Amino acid sequence: MSFFKVFDIAGSGMSAQMLRLNTVSSNLANSQTVSATEEGAYRSRQPVFQQVLDALNTGDESKVKVSEIVESDASIPMHYMPNHPLANDDGNVFGSNVNVVEEMTNMMSASRSYQNNTEMMNTSKELLLRTLQLGRG
Amino acid sequence: MTINFDKALGIHEQALSVRRQRTELLATNIANADTPGYKAKEIDFRAALDQASSQRVAISKTNSSHLSLNSSAPFYEQYRVSEQPSLDGNTVDIQQEKAAVAENSVRYQATLTFLTRKFSGMINAFKGE
Repeated sequence: MSFFKVFDIAGSGMSAQMLRLNTVSSNLANSQTVSATEEGAYRSRQPVFQQVLDALNTGDESKVKVSEIVESDASIPMHYMPNHPLANDDGNVFGSNVNVVEEMTNMMSASRSYQNNTEMMNTSKELLLRTLQLGRG
Repeated sequence: MTINFDKALGIHEQALSVRRQRTELLATNIANADTPGYKAKEIDFRAALDQASSQRVAISKTNSSHLSLNSSAPFYEQYRVSEQPSLDGNTVDIQQEKAAVAENSVRYQATLTFLTRKFSGMINAFKGE
């Protein structure tokens, strides 16, 4: 009996979604960040989820992990702010390419997925506790 | 007369184990609900139960490097047919998965109740009241 695997699986899902929430908050916090150069501008960060394929149990139940965090290659907006200390010779600063609406929906999706994983954990905890009571009732 | 637990408990012992495997599979589907390219899986319950009840006779290993029976991917796991696959190739339908979790949990508890009743039946038989 290894019901504890469910806790591992749901736990991996929760930590992956939590990392996604972290990148969302990082993106939102930096949505108004400006930079002097286009290269230095803040780019939206997105986690890439990947199924963990265990060598010991191929094709069976598996966890999830964040394989990498990629930076968005959307175009960097240029703002004309001649009085800004970071403005270049033409009077422009470079903003971040964070799409705030996209990030908000991303946040809702991540928190829903997190909730689904906690529900899964609660259900299996209940089943596990009832199994411990087997033969007593 | 000897008491045989396998006979007394019937199929419920195996059913409980298959239900547990299904719980793990559903947990995997839910955890990978946002993983690109992940295909949702489901257990063919009859095939899984058949395999679980036929595997009562264990195979002993004479060498530690021998493969165990459970090392290969179980054949009773199958991919779900998705009605609305995502653009990234993910086929998990979270509503379907949650419904399956609820159903599986009720059935697991039903099996537990069956087992509890079997045990209390045996206890009654011992007491002979």
